[in-house]
Amino acid sequence: MDLLLFGIPALVAIVGAIAMLLSRNAVHSALYLLLNFAAISVLYLLLQAPFLFATQLIIYAGAIIVLFLFVVMLLGAERDEQTPHANPWQNRGAIVGGVLLLVELALLYVNNPGTIPIAANLDDGFAAPTEIAKALFTTHLLPFEIASFVLLTALIGVVVLHQRRS
Amino acid sequence: MLDAYVPLLAMVGIAVFIAVFVLSVSRILGPQKATVRKLAPYESGMEPIGDAMARFPIKFNLVAMLFILFDVEVIFFFPYALVYRQLGIPGLIEMGSFVLVLLVGLTYVWKKGALTWD
Amino acid sequence: MTWLDILILLVRCLVLALASATLFAYFTLFERRLLAKFQHRIGPNRAGYIPLPGGKKLFGGWLQPAADAVKLFLKEDVVPAMADKWVYIMAPGFAVVPALIIWVAIPLGTWPDGMGGNWLHYAPIDVGVLYLLAVTSIGVYGIAIAGWASNNKYSMIGGVRASAQVISYELALGFAILAVVMQNSTFRTEEIVTSQGLIWNIIPQFLGFIIFLIASTAEVVRSPFDLVEAEQELVGGYNTEYGSMKFALFFMSEYIKLIAMNAIAVTLFLGGGNFPGIDTLVAAIKTSNGDTIAYAVQGALTLGAFLLKTTALSFLSVWVRASVPRVRYDQLMHLGWKVLLPLGLFNVVMTAVFGVLFPADSLIAKIIMCVVGVIVVVIVSATATPKHAKRGVTLVNPSAGN
Repeated sequence: MDLLLFGIPALVAIVGAIAMLLSRNAVHSALYLLLNFAAISVLYLLLQAPFLFATQLIIYAGAIIVLFLFVVMLLGAERDEQTPHANPWQNRGAIVGGVLLLVELALLYVNNPGTIPIAANLDDGFAAPTEIAKALFTTHLLPFEIASFVLLTALIGVVVLHQRRS
Repeated sequence: MLDAYVPLLAMVGIAVFIAVFVLSVSRILGPQKATVRKLAPYESGMEPIGDAMARFPIKFNLVAMLFILFDVEVIFFFPYALVYRQLGIPGLIEMGSFVLVLLVGLTYVWKKGALTWD
Repeated sequence: MTWLDILILLVRCLVLALASATLFAYFTLFERRLLAKFQHRIGPNRAGYIPLPGGKKLFGGWLQPAADAVKLFLKEDVVPAMADKWVYIMAPGFAVVPALIIWVAIPLGTWPDGMGGNWLHYAPIDVGVLYLLAVTSIGVYGIAIAGWASNNKYSMIGGVRASAQVISYELALGFAILAVVMQNSTFRTEEIVTSQGLIWNIIPQFLGFIIFLIASTAEVVRSPFDLVEAEQELVGGYNTEYGSMKFALFFMSEYIKLIAMNAIAVTLFLGGGNFPGIDTLVAAIKTSNGDTIAYAVQGALTLGAFLLKTTALSFLSVWVRASVPRVRYDQLMHLGWKVLLPLGLFNVVMTAVFGVLFPADSLIAKIIMCVVGVIVVVIVSATATPKHAKRGVTLVNPSAGN
C-alpha cells in the first residue's frame, strides 16, 4: 500500500518532467511542469509535511507556472518550435551532465550505506505547521530575516529590469 | 494524519469524472455539422487577420513577477500567525523588521510607478 | 478502510458535487429574478409554474435552469480549426475541478458521526486555510489556458487580463485570510468556526472582511470586476470560442467559485454554522431524545444557518452586480495593488499588535479593532479614488502616439 501511494505520484512526477522536456510547444511544457509540481506536492504530503504541500501548491503551482505561462503567452514564444539548437554541443553536454549526476548519487549511496532508512525514520509531527513556525522564528531566525533582504533585492531587480529605456 | 486527506483525493477523482462525463455527453448528444466558416476564429464576422499570438505589453509580466515576490512574503507570514502569541514582543520585533523590509520594497515599487497602470 | 467505506466516501463526494451543481443552477435563477426586480423587469417566469385558480402562477421559472441545461447539452460541440485541440478541450475541466474540490475543506455545518468525525466537513485537514488559498490560486489556469488555446484575439486578451487580475487580488485575499488565521491561531477551518463562538470574526476583523469581500469578487472575475468578459470590447472574453457544455462548465465554475467564496467568507468571518440558540436546543434534545437524533438536528440546523448566511452574501453579490458599474483596468490595478494590498498589510500588523498585547479572547481588543476597522474603511473609501482624467487627456492629445 505504501509503495503504491508513493509510486503513483512519483511516476506521475517523472512522466510530467520527461514530457515537459520532450514537448515542442512551450505552453504544453508549462502544463506538464504543472503536473509535475502537483505530483511533488503529493509526495510532500506523504512525507507528513502538509505545510510544504500547501506551499508547493500556492507558490509553485499557483504563482510560478502562471509566470511561465505569461512569459510564453506574452512573447508568443511557443511559435519558435522549429528553431534548431543554437549549440550542437548542448545535447551532448546535457547527457554527460546527467550521467555524472547519476554516478554521483550512486557513489553517495554506496559510500554512506544506511542514510536513506535513517532519513525516513522521523517523528510523526516533526513537519507540522506549528513545529515549522517555531523553528523558523527561533533556530532559523537569521535565514528568515535574510530572506526578506533577498526578496527586497528581487523586487528592486524586477522593477529595474522592466523599466523602459528612454 | 493522512486519513483526513482521503476525501480530498476522492473529491478530485469525482470532479475529474464529472468534467469528463459532461464533456463527452455533450459531444455525443450534440450535432456534428462543422463547416469551414463555423470553425474559423470569431473576429466580428471578418476574415481573421493574422495570428492571435501577438506580443503583449511587458506590464503584465511585471505584475506576475511582483505577484510571486509578494506571494512568497505572504506565505512567510502564515507560520508566524500560528505562534505569534507565544512569541510575544520579541516575535513582534522579528516580524516587524521583516515587514519593514517588505515596506521598503513596496515603497520603492510604488515610487518607481510599477504599480501604476497606464 | 474497507471497500464499503470507500463506496460511502465516493457517494458522499458525488452528493457534494451534485449539490454544488444544483446550487449553481438555482443561483443563476435567483440572480436573474433578482436582477429583473432591481431593473423593474419580470425575469424568467414561464418554465414550470404551478397554475392557481384565478390565473395566478406559482413558482414561475423554477424549471428554467433545467431547460437551460438541456439546451446546452444539445448544442453542437465545436472545436475551432485554429485551436490547440486537446488544451482547448481540457480548459473547461481545468476550470471546474478547483471549483468543486474547494468545498471539501469548508465545514458546512456540524453533524457528528459519533466517531469523532463530522458528516458535513469532508476533509478536516490541518492546513485547511492554506488549502483554500492554494485551490483559489490554481483556479486561474482554466481561464488562462482557455484564452491561449482558442487562438482568438479576444480570448487571448481576455485570458491574459483575467490572469493578471486574479493574481493581483490574490495577495489582498491572502492577507485577509492571514489576519483571520492570526485571530484564531489555527489553520484548521473547523477550529476557526468553533473558536468564533458568538462574537464572530467580522467584529475584530471588520477591515479584513471588507478586503476579503472585494478581493474575492475580483478573484472570481465577477461584476464590477468582470473586465475579462467586457462584452463591449472583448465579445465574450476568454470563452468567446466556447459553446455547448464547454461554455456551461466555465459558467458553472465561475458561479460555484463565487458561492464557494461566499461560503469561505461565512466560515472565516461570519461564524460558519454557528447561530445563537442552536447549542442549547441541541443539548435539550440530547437529554430527551438521545444522541443520534440530537446530532441529526444539530446537523440540519447548522447547515441551515450556514446556507442562510451564504445566501445573504450571495444576495449582496447580486445587489453589487445590479448597482455598481464596471471599473476600468487601471482602476482595477490601482485598487488591488495600491489600496487593498497596503490595507491588508495594515490589518495584519494591527492584528499582530493587538494579539500580542491583549489575551486571545479579550473583548476590549476586539471592540477597539472593530472601531479602527470601521474608521479606516470610511476614510479609505472616501479618499482612495484614483486620479483619473489623465488617460482622457492622453487619448485626445495626438502627440501621445500611443
